[in-house]
Amino acid sequence: MPEYEAVIGLEVHVQLKTISKMFTDAPTGFGKLPNSLTNAVVMGMPGTLPVLNKGAIEQAIRFGLIFGSEIPEMFQWDRKNYFYPDSPKNYQLTQLDAPCCLGGKVEIELAGPSRNQMGEHLVIHLDHAHLEEDVGKLTHFSKDSLVDYNRAGTPLLEIVTKPDLHSADQAVALLQSIRMHLTAAGVSDCDMEKGQMRCDANVSVRPKGQNSLNPRTEMKNLNSITGVKNAITYEIKRQSRVYDKGGTVTQETRRWDADADRTSSMRSKEEAHDYRYFPDPDLLPVHFPRERIEELSRGLPERVFDRQRRYQETLDLPYTVTSVICYDHELASFFEQGMAEYDANPKALANYVANELQRERSQAAGDGYLPMSGVKLDAPALARMVKLIDDGKLTKQLARDVFVEMFSTGKEAQAIMDEKGIKVEVQDAGELEQWCREAVAGNDVAAQQVRDGNDKAVNSFIGPVMKASRGKANPQQVREILLKVIHGEG
Amino acid sequence: MGMESQTIIKSSALSLGKALRNKQTSSLEICQAFLGQVDQVDKDVGAFISIDPEKILKAAEAADTRRTSGEELSPLDGLPVALKDLIAVEGEPLTCASRILKDFKSPYTGTVGSKLLSAGLIPFGRLNMDEFAMGSSTENSSVKLTRNPWNLKHAPGGSSGGSAASVAARECPWSLGSDTGGSIRQPANFCGVVGLKPTYGRVSRFGLVAFASSLDQIGPIGRCIDDVAVLLDVISGHDPYDSTSWPNELDAATLALQVPVEPGTLGLPKEYFGEGIDPEIRHNMEAVIESYRSLGFTIKEISLPHTELAVPTYYIIATAEASSNLSRYDGVRYTHRSDKAKDAIDLYYQSRGEGFGQEVKRRVILGSYVLSSGFYDAYYKRAQQVRTLIRDDFLEAFKEVDAILTPTTPTPAFKIGEKTDDPLSMYLADIFTISVNLAGLPGLAMPSGVSNSGLPMGFQLIGQPFKEGRLLQVGHAYEDANPFTAIPEIIN
Repeated sequence: MPEYEAVIGLEVHVQLKTISKMFTDAPTGFGKLPNSLTNAVVMGMPGTLPVLNKGAIEQAIRFGLIFGSEIPEMFQWDRKNYFYPDSPKNYQLTQLDAPCCLGGKVEIELAGPSRNQMGEHLVIHLDHAHLEEDVGKLTHFSKDSLVDYNRAGTPLLEIVTKPDLHSADQAVALLQSIRMHLTAAGVSDCDMEKGQMRCDANVSVRPKGQNSLNPRTEMKNLNSITGVKNAITYEIKRQSRVYDKGGTVTQETRRWDADADRTSSMRSKEEAHDYRYFPDPDLLPVHFPRERIEELSRGLPERVFDRQRRYQETLDLPYTVTSVICYDHELASFFEQGMAEYDANPKALANYVANELQRERSQAAGDGYLPMSGVKLDAPALARMVKLIDDGKLTKQLARDVFVEMFSTGKEAQAIMDEKGIKVEVQDAGELEQWCREAVAGNDVAAQQVRDGNDKAVNSFIGPVMKASRGKANPQQVREILLKVIHGEG
Repeated sequence: MGMESQTIIKSSALSLGKALRNKQTSSLEICQAFLGQVDQVDKDVGAFISIDPEKILKAAEAADTRRTSGEELSPLDGLPVALKDLIAVEGEPLTCASRILKDFKSPYTGTVGSKLLSAGLIPFGRLNMDEFAMGSSTENSSVKLTRNPWNLKHAPGGSSGGSAASVAARECPWSLGSDTGGSIRQPANFCGVVGLKPTYGRVSRFGLVAFASSLDQIGPIGRCIDDVAVLLDVISGHDPYDSTSWPNELDAATLALQVPVEPGTLGLPKEYFGEGIDPEIRHNMEAVIESYRSLGFTIKEISLPHTELAVPTYYIIATAEASSNLSRYDGVRYTHRSDKAKDAIDLYYQSRGEGFGQEVKRRVILGSYVLSSGFYDAYYKRAQQVRTLIRDDFLEAFKEVDAILTPTTPTPAFKIGEKTDDPLSMYLADIFTISVNLAGLPGLAMPSGVSNSGLPMGFQLIGQPFKEGRLLQVGHAYEDANPFTAIPEIIN
């Protein structure tokens, strides 16, 4: 049996985040009363006309800028004609010849050897992305079908990759990377449960080393990450088995059945659609000035992996921390806000954000999820707490309780310390020195290391001394006394 | 106060406006007079699909109250205006003379509707038309036949047959129609009234049920140039709800009519004076040309070399756009829904099959064909290229002439039933008007005589883009010198 290689291309549909729909001022939204987010234009009433929502174009342009696509100066619209009850006009406005984003690259990260280690990075090329309007939603009952046009007319970006992907994991990593970038830039919420991100996958399989492509199958509307992963995995296996048995794969559209965990051929009764595309005569081509595109470019957040590399290289933060902070744009911006207040100790700040803050959030949320918008703790306040520690006014041990209090009340660290009488006490020098001597006496090896010039070894004595002081000693002072004691200067 | 009904219905809209302002009459009196005339003649003429006298009289009373308290919305406040049944006004029917929209009422008011309402103009019934504006005789209406007020055996023209016939029969002072290939000018010509198709983009299409989006324009039909100019100014202007609407400032047509007319140069395209023109029309055109000469205009022969391509080009572009525009009438949401449908796909077949008439089906099929994969380049794309050539012909000609003078139609109004079995010969009724839509230019149809058989004859003036003021000036010069005083017998 030859070894096979899968070749995968994705078409990712992303609902753009806009206040109103793409061609009228009806609001966008999810979970509202059926057909409440409509107006005469959305419903395709006779005599209504589309008017372009510039916000949707700007969101699409921002997508292109994030991933380095080429952005044309003219935007034009075509009609894709087909009858379906979820489409109010029975044609969809889309971009056939001149997509709003040409080319582009998406950096993805595969899972590393362990959770603490960075995985391999790949660059996936985009073919293009084009804008179109979303359709309504049909619900079928035993005898009737109902249609809700709330979703109809929502701006939708269809992102088409080159066939650069070779595994289900890579496909998932691509979706995750797109999601991280688009949520960070506010281009889309990419919530797959709300249908804000949907995916079609084109999969083919060929013997390793073969250059030409084998026939592909297309799986439609994969609407969860697990769905994408399982459907592609299944389809690669299925096609490999077909070839193993000497068969051929037919180019077709297949349906992913998540419950049965398999794909099946979709009835191809309506196989070859002729969409009778033509330029929409109701919408003139729109010229988008270069200056505005440059302005949009300046307003974009740093790319996720660029930021991660910067944190690792210039702030010396470990992967375990950057992978938490950078992959969640709310945490990243929280961290950046803290840094703007106090940037002398990024590591300590990052640790509080990646560990303590996350732990408190998950405890507070119980089974649910506490969004950052619901967190009372404010980033500059956290940074000021870190500074109190660095200044020796608060110890890490004491800070644990202070942090929990800050998280639950949103109060300043200093205020909490004042209220509760928490204070780093300047110890009686004699008592402190006594504890230090006891600690040094208990660990000759480390003491020798310090004498040999390894200053870091002194850290192993700080813990016991702090413990003896019940956390109230000033660690900086402890360190100084320890050094004196070890070097025999006491 | 008090004006005779007969005086009212024979007055121009502007003189009625003046009478209103001088308190010689009231909106109520005016509306009652026209409603009386509708009662009197519409059983024969059949211009109206529907009319709601109660609603109209209520609106008239409200207008009178405003005027009495000095709060009139405009000098025209309280004048009735009849609308072709494809212009959206909330709560009014919007049937397009089609079975598929038989009981449909508009849930919104389009831009032209809003402009009328905010000037205090009273929507005065819904006028008959060819179904979805597809036709040249109003015989394609699914509702009723409209007859030419000059001779009830003859067609009023179309598709705005009701709009022209109602004005000719004095059932309303003026009306609005729509023109995609001649649908205002040809019926105006058949009915002896003045009709203007504005420059594409001058009047918003938001609220105009689309036939062919790149060709459609709403325009006024009236008794005289002044009326048409005033109504044009009411409905013109940039509209953010129509992205094909002209964004720049427009000159008011009425202002152009207040200054003395400078004679200019009129072009006679040789391609418009060939075979197939009725001898009486030809003779009448010669008289029109002579009249312009005597008014000091220079007459110049010009050439519009791509003229013969206009009809095929039009029927590709118009049907292609229509096939897509009419997809929304599907039996799913607000249209007629067949009760015979077996499944979802069948619902489309049955509802559209029952809902659309023959001509609409013919054009939807033709339009779907020219857009289908493999044919798009040969038909639609090529037609668009030819369209550019046709427009360039006109722009080239306008370097030498102020306006172009042509017949509006090759013959006076044909008989009802005469062309219904021959769609091609029906299409040729628009041969002189179609190019104007393809080129997006303004076109004015004016009456200039009555044939031996008692049917109106007229001519067309084609103007430069957005120069409606100048176009109407040129028309006004003729009207001043040759007032059209003939009236159909039915009025007396």
